[in-house]
Amino acid sequence: MEQIFFFYFAFVIAAASVLVVAMRNPIYSALALLIMFFHVAGLYVTLHAEFLAAVQIIVYAGAILVLYLFVVMLLNLRQDDRYHRQWPMAAGVGVTLFIEAIILTAMKGWTAPVMATGTETTAGEAGNTEAIGDVLYSTYLFPFEVASLILLVAMIGAIILAKKDLSDVNSEG
Amino acid sequence: MTVPLSYYLMLSGIVFLTGVIGVLLRRNIIIILLSVELMLNATNINFVAFSRHFHDVAGQVFVFFALTVAAAEVAVGLAIIVALYRAKSTINVDEFQLLKW
Repeated sequence: MEQIFFFYFAFVIAAASVLVVAMRNPIYSALALLIMFFHVAGLYVTLHAEFLAAVQIIVYAGAILVLYLFVVMLLNLRQDDRYHRQWPMAAGVGVTLFIEAIILTAMKGWTAPVMATGTETTAGEAGNTEAIGDVLYSTYLFPFEVASLILLVAMIGAIILAKKDLSDVNSEG
Repeated sequence: MTVPLSYYLMLSGIVFLTGVIGVLLRRNIIIILLSVELMLNATNINFVAFSRHFHDVAGQVFVFFALTVAAAEVAVGLAIIVALYRAKSTINVDEFQLLKW
């Protein structure tokens, strides 16, 4: 049963990610990415990361993708996008990585990775959300604060980059 | 009956590879950013799969940080795209040759 769900989600994720790259219209690409986000959220549910699944839908599908669609429609592009001239290089990199992945998966006799020691925290009997909150606000408190700083910097940077020059606005008005 | 870890790694590898090819192949800068999102999602799948495998919540916490960085990247990246479009009225990466040697 679990495998059926995994193969369904995996197939749709792989197909949607290929569509994201292959579609000519950026809006179709963004919508394919939306399908992919939803199925990644479903994959998280099968991995017992329910809270992350909800966050995936809210943040990725709800915020990030809407921002993409907003910019795509704001710019109102012509449909002249084709593939890059450097596709031989892309094919080279892709084939190399693909062969590497096949070799790595074909290598048998690997033992399973050793269990991590140290700050590992088991999910235990508590709910997934509770366990994440527990670890996030105790062990990873400092990275959490750094993440908030990153968001602040990104917000200020986005505003400064996207706004028009104040002198232009003043001279116009 | 459970799904082995290597299946998740293979899926994440496929998605990441698709993202890399998209970055190298496409000329539309918005699609390039979407491909970067694909790569970030591939790493997130890896994190959650390992978190399940090791019964350790830390992997899921790191997905949060990756999510934060993705959100910041999108905000700044799209602002740069809007600024570029204002300056050059195109978002085709072939047209941006200012730093080309």
